Amino acid sequence: MINIKINNKEYSFEEGLTILEACHKVNIDIPTLCHYKDLVQSGNCRVCLVEVKNNRNYVTACNNKIYEGMEIFTNTLEIIEARKKSLELIISNHSLECLNCSSNQNCELQALTKKLNVTERYHGQKTETTIDDLSGILTRDTSKCILCGRCIEMCKKVQGIGILDFENRGLKTIVAPVANKSFKDVPCTYCGQCTKVCPTGALTVKENIRDLLVALKEGKHVVVQTAPAIRAALGEEFDYPIGTNVEGKMVSALKQIGFSKVYDVNFGADLTIMEEATEFIERYTKKENLPMITSCCPGWINYAENYYPDLLNHLSTCKSPHMMEGAIIKSYYAEINNINKEDIVVVSIMPCSAKKEEKDRNDNDVDIVLTTVELANLIKLFGINFKDLEDEKFDNDLLGDFSGAGVIFGTTGGVMEAALRTAYYSLTNQEYEKISFENVRGSEGIKEASLNINGNEVNVAVVHSLSNASKVLDEIRNGTSKYDFIEVMACPLGCINGAGQPKITSSKLETKEKDNILFNTYKRAKALYDEDKKMNIRQSHNNPQIKELYSKYLQYPHSPKAHELLHTSYSKKDKKII
Amino acid sequence: MISSKSKEEIYNIIEKRKNMETPLMMILSDIQNKFGYIDLEVQQIVAEALNIPVSEIYGVVTFYSYFSLKPKGKYVISTCFGTACYVKGTQGIIDEFCNKLKIKPGETTEDGLFSIDILRCVGACSLAPVVTVNGKIYPHVKIADVDKIIKEYKDKEVLMNENS
Repeated sequence: MINIKINNKEYSFEEGLTILEACHKVNIDIPTLCHYKDLVQSGNCRVCLVEVKNNRNYVTACNNKIYEGMEIFTNTLEIIEARKKSLELIISNHSLECLNCSSNQNCELQALTKKLNVTERYHGQKTETTIDDLSGILTRDTSKCILCGRCIEMCKKVQGIGILDFENRGLKTIVAPVANKSFKDVPCTYCGQCTKVCPTGALTVKENIRDLLVALKEGKHVVVQTAPAIRAALGEEFDYPIGTNVEGKMVSALKQIGFSKVYDVNFGADLTIMEEATEFIERYTKKENLPMITSCCPGWINYAENYYPDLLNHLSTCKSPHMMEGAIIKSYYAEINNINKEDIVVVSIMPCSAKKEEKDRNDNDVDIVLTTVELANLIKLFGINFKDLEDEKFDNDLLGDFSGAGVIFGTTGGVMEAALRTAYYSLTNQEYEKISFENVRGSEGIKEASLNINGNEVNVAVVHSLSNASKVLDEIRNGTSKYDFIEVMACPLGCINGAGQPKITSSKLETKEKDNILFNTYKRAKALYDEDKKMNIRQSHNNPQIKELYSKYLQYPHSPKAHELLHTSYSKKDKKII
Repeated sequence: MISSKSKEEIYNIIEKRKNMETPLMMILSDIQNKFGYIDLEVQQIVAEALNIPVSEIYGVVTFYSYFSLKPKGKYVISTCFGTACYVKGTQGIIDEFCNKLKIKPGETTEDGLFSIDILRCVGACSLAPVVTVNGKIYPHVKIADVDKIIKEYKDKEVLMNENS
């Protein structure tokens, strides 16, 4: 143990903690800006300064470790003024356009200026601005960038890609894709994790709210479907604790907004499982194109097409759940309700930025993709008092039912578990007794499980974040992969932590929890597992409306009709930048 | 497009250096020395060979003024921007070079003859303000000297062309 004094009070801590970590443990808050646990601990912004006795200079708390006998002062006059000065200098090269910024009131920099009581404003030369919104998915505005480097580390270390980096030096320094190119001209997967860690509005997900308003005004038949992860995070935008399931209120709000039908993508998830489990069993029996890899995640599909084009035959050909549901809405649903396909607008509420790009693939039936945050903004725009809403249920005709298996699609391990429930049934003709496959749950980067199904040994892996994906993909390339079936989600923790979800920043967490952003995010997964547990139907193949869809329309999984509507193909993308 | 011969030379440089602890700086220096510049195409080759993102290489190339993205002129006019030279009027001399050659610092004239570079300090403050052209030192330069310096190299070119 190490004995130190903080603000004249004695404490002892285990070895190896930074000053910041030690202070957090005893509920002493130190302001931070560039710091992001496990990503950036450079001390660049110099906002976390503290005074250490007998030290000539002030010390950055985020990257200096405590030592025996250390005496730290966190709130002296000099320290408070030094932090404030650091921040004032940072914002001297900032556009200060808070009023028309999409991160307004959801900005770590803005919150900090209030917290540190910034009063001075320096005027001087500013870095030349680049605004890149050409991709239509991600927007980069260098005039709001504070050069913390979080996005760079996220893309390089966690996702293993490295689209972004610092360029130039001095006042000309910017964070950009190579040669300040647009996201659309570099092999970006649009996972949007860079926007999740950006403390300002420099990197954001482009909004499409107006497209929806236009569709509603034109009197189209607008059908909305919400992804499983939305219910577990939307509440945070209305001050509910992380991990609150607000499904009932969300449905109620969507009905008030004026959608003709409010459906759950969970139906599409159940449909995906029917197709995907069948596909897996077929490949497994023939020992063809194994391991099979899930295809629900568009960030992952972009990654595979750009970086592992030689392994595209391993991907399931299933479209993602909302694309499947979109296809069914514009065929089966349209026919039964006698509505012209062209008069239907399908809107997906997604926790994801890459889904906005996915809808532009050539075989799509989804017209508009909005994120969780956009839905929250829409609810506020319509003046709906979310907290006072009565719970309502999804529309229950044709594609309204869903199983617990569909619900857990929103978290890492969920797609695999849902697929295993149905694959087990298909191979054994009986339900898996325990229902849950606990060993594919949890927040570890790579999870593996081995199952004995009717004498068949099935080895599965579940990975999230693309750097972990590249590890299992390299094994396939080298011929050393021991897996039969792999689930990949591009975002750390899966869809619950997608770029469309509300940001969880350390500033929103209790002091003691500030270093546990991922742990707190995983509470959203618990909300989904809890809902699954409460469901009467927990396997996709037991969803009565799925059975009906097959008997009345699609015939059987992998039928020619199912292939036409529910499956897709992938193609190599040239990732060269010139 | 880069020629296959140049490509081979780049691969040789990478091969020679790639097992060093931090090979990137050495590889880029060698390429800069050999070809005089490191454009995006070359950066892409190095990125693939070392398996690091091209954005990172671009970051290094644009951080160090030693590296250049574009070919430099045959005669590189380097003006010292150190404190002593600055006080003695470097700015006016740079402006004059820019005016006469119709380029900005860091750029190259259309005929490929001249580039203007800004140096931080040559280390010859007693000679301030200092200009060097391909290593040749011009001490105590006045604005009126700029024309003479440019003429010296233009004349040299004419002479060389006549001789050949």
